[in-house]
Amino acid sequence: MAFEIKKQAKLYDVCIVGSGAGGGMAAKILSEAGLKVALLEAGPKYDPADPEQATQLKWPYESPRRGASTTRAFGDFDAAYGGWQIDGEPYTKKNGTEFDWFRSRMLGGRTNHWGRISLRFGERDFKHKSYDGLGDDWPISYQDVAPYYDRVDKLIGVFGSKENLPNEPDGFFLPPPKPRMHELMVKRAGEKMGLPVIPARLSILTRSVNKDRSPCFYCSQCNRGCTVYGDFSSSSVLVKPAMKSGHVDLYTNAMVREVLTDDSGKATGVAYIDKADMQEYSVNARVVVLAASACESARLLLNSKSAKHPNGLANSSGVVGKYLHDSTGASRGGFIPALMDRKRYNEDGVGGMHLYIPWWGDNKKLDFARGYHIEMGGGMHMPSYGYGFGMENMNGKYPGRDGKPKAAGGYGASLKDDYRRYFGAHIGFAGRGECIAREDNYCEIDPNVVDKYGIPVLRFHYTWSDHEVKQAKHMQDTFEQLIVEMGGVPSGTKPGEDTKYGLENPGRIIHEVGTTRMGDNPATSVLNKFNQAHEVKNLFVVDGGAFVSQADKNPTWTILALSMRASEYIVDQLKKQNI
Amino acid sequence: MDRRESLKALALGTLSVGTILSATGCEDKKTTGEKKAGNAQGYGRTPDEAERDKALTEEKFFTPEEMKTITILADIIIPADEHSGSASDAKVPEFIEFIVKDIPEHKLPMRGGLRWLDVQCAKRYNKSFAECSPEQRIAVVDLIAYPEKAAPENSQGVAFFNRMRNLTATGFFTSKIGIKDLGYIGNTPNEWDGVPADVLKQYGYAYDEKTLATCLKIEDRGKIMTWD
Repeated sequence: MAFEIKKQAKLYDVCIVGSGAGGGMAAKILSEAGLKVALLEAGPKYDPADPEQATQLKWPYESPRRGASTTRAFGDFDAAYGGWQIDGEPYTKKNGTEFDWFRSRMLGGRTNHWGRISLRFGERDFKHKSYDGLGDDWPISYQDVAPYYDRVDKLIGVFGSKENLPNEPDGFFLPPPKPRMHELMVKRAGEKMGLPVIPARLSILTRSVNKDRSPCFYCSQCNRGCTVYGDFSSSSVLVKPAMKSGHVDLYTNAMVREVLTDDSGKATGVAYIDKADMQEYSVNARVVVLAASACESARLLLNSKSAKHPNGLANSSGVVGKYLHDSTGASRGGFIPALMDRKRYNEDGVGGMHLYIPWWGDNKKLDFARGYHIEMGGGMHMPSYGYGFGMENMNGKYPGRDGKPKAAGGYGASLKDDYRRYFGAHIGFAGRGECIAREDNYCEIDPNVVDKYGIPVLRFHYTWSDHEVKQAKHMQDTFEQLIVEMGGVPSGTKPGEDTKYGLENPGRIIHEVGTTRMGDNPATSVLNKFNQAHEVKNLFVVDGGAFVSQADKNPTWTILALSMRASEYIVDQLKKQNI
Repeated sequence: MDRRESLKALALGTLSVGTILSATGCEDKKTTGEKKAGNAQGYGRTPDEAERDKALTEEKFFTPEEMKTITILADIIIPADEHSGSASDAKVPEFIEFIVKDIPEHKLPMRGGLRWLDVQCAKRYNKSFAECSPEQRIAVVDLIAYPEKAAPENSQGVAFFNRMRNLTATGFFTSKIGIKDLGYIGNTPNEWDGVPADVLKQYGYAYDEKTLATCLKIEDRGKIMTWD
């Protein structure tokens, strides 16, 4: 058989690459407008309600490894197909720097397993340079995005509470669930320290928003995907309804190689490999929308070189891949002696925290520029692999049931009883903060390495600055104070300067954004304020790549709002025959 | 009513979870009898993952002698008591056989640790650990079971016993017997309406008025939300 590129016969109005938050929203809005859409996804079909794929309500003993993270990074029952490393699809790092890249190859992408934390960016988040002189302002303001946030809230559903906090805009919320026991303890401790401890904002249906989805039944397993669609994932909530319109052709296992262009430099479609038959194909469309994730979309642009675009597509500025930034992250755990020997009840709740702590500080009075929010975990969770590890570091520190000290470690009935006594008595805090976007944090094409499809791979270069390290130090101080204020004992030793205060590697928080940022100036940005490439009018990027700056928020709600806005702009521009 | 039917009923959104749970009362016998069809492993594996599971299950790592020692040790660590069965009742040795193949970093420390133990027994009693009397076994275990009291020359044994304790505990408390013993009672459709009143009282807490006014009224759970 000759090696050839087979053309799909159909000409589409729009070809979307990637089916996560950005791509799913684009597929929904564009198909509802009556446009013919090709939706390409590099992984297989996925439906959490499919019994072959479902992991919800499985017990640890249904897995021979009891849910350990050997084959899935977040454990056997986690919904994400993929992980930090994918066989045959490497990435590399430059100059000894670190970056970890989490890819989820499946319908819905990383929205299948994410934490559902759905925070709006605030007014300051869009104009941070005006506030502190660092990074860049977005070309749009909160007021531009607010109507789309409103619609996303109502379409998808997010619980929360109206708080009127500066830079933490309220939305159209579903009622939040009542706090768990340890969360009430955090609230009391936090309020003594002057921290706002408020209901979390998660896209989980405490009440439904439409007839196709059921309300949450409190199994605490959103990361496994929900069989009744009681939480948000792009596959269940956006792609599935979009498919019903009949206007969307879904191409799964379609690994896109590059964006195709004509002599005038306009995009004409994409070339892809069908993983099922390993043949090369192309899809033609009037408009190409990239939503493959910030780094994968940048990779596609950089790999789409032509005479018209020798530097990669939409990259005369050289900005594609630059200003890559992930949220900062650091964490600490503790033990709460008061919660030993707890009364048992079903404390699962929703799949995540019921309360959280938004950023409260005034950075003008601190030695780092940007804030962070605090997430928390604890309670009587379902045990899985790792449960009970390290008892020898615990049971020598607290008296036994008879009030007498015990020797650490041990065996037998007395040890067996300790596991019962310590169940549900731990607390964990994690900070998620803003990193300042810098030109010298970037991904680029590795000149020497290709993946198994022959596609040149990404090479990362990323360092933390003092702002991020000092922010992590502040997190550690806060976590320790919170644990102590709760009457608890912080676990292990406090992470110090030698470990950058426990600051995780860049990429670890899986909030990477900024690689195709928007702006008014084509010399310093890739996209205009409607996510449209400055240089290629029929090319759009609707994933986190468009972000000028990540806030101390999770990016998904903003990706959804901006993708909705960009998609309606595409419909409008097609009508006006501008593209 | 089986779990899937319960979920379907929940999906309709009319029945309260309380109704479903009291109407079923058959959680245990139904779920044990029911084997998930189709996917060989029955816990949502991709084809690659199912293949890997199968390969690991067919492979054998520990010798029969090693398995015997693992079983004795596991039951010393988690014996049967008035609440529940022992580690071997919960098939912990089988779990350990699987997990060392799944997470190979356990392989060498486990094999070497078992050998270390046998050598200690041979020096003292001229027998392997398994051949020793229960009293002799406990005498050797006591040398390595208490990290803060153990003699420095036994530190490798302490490291081995810590690993053995961890794997035994995790295998036991993730088993059906162990989860019941631990008293974890979730992983089932529920209506979360806050911490039980007696527990709030025990710790000196109460839901304040603002929280009660803001949070979900559980009776609204089945109603579609409107804002306008």
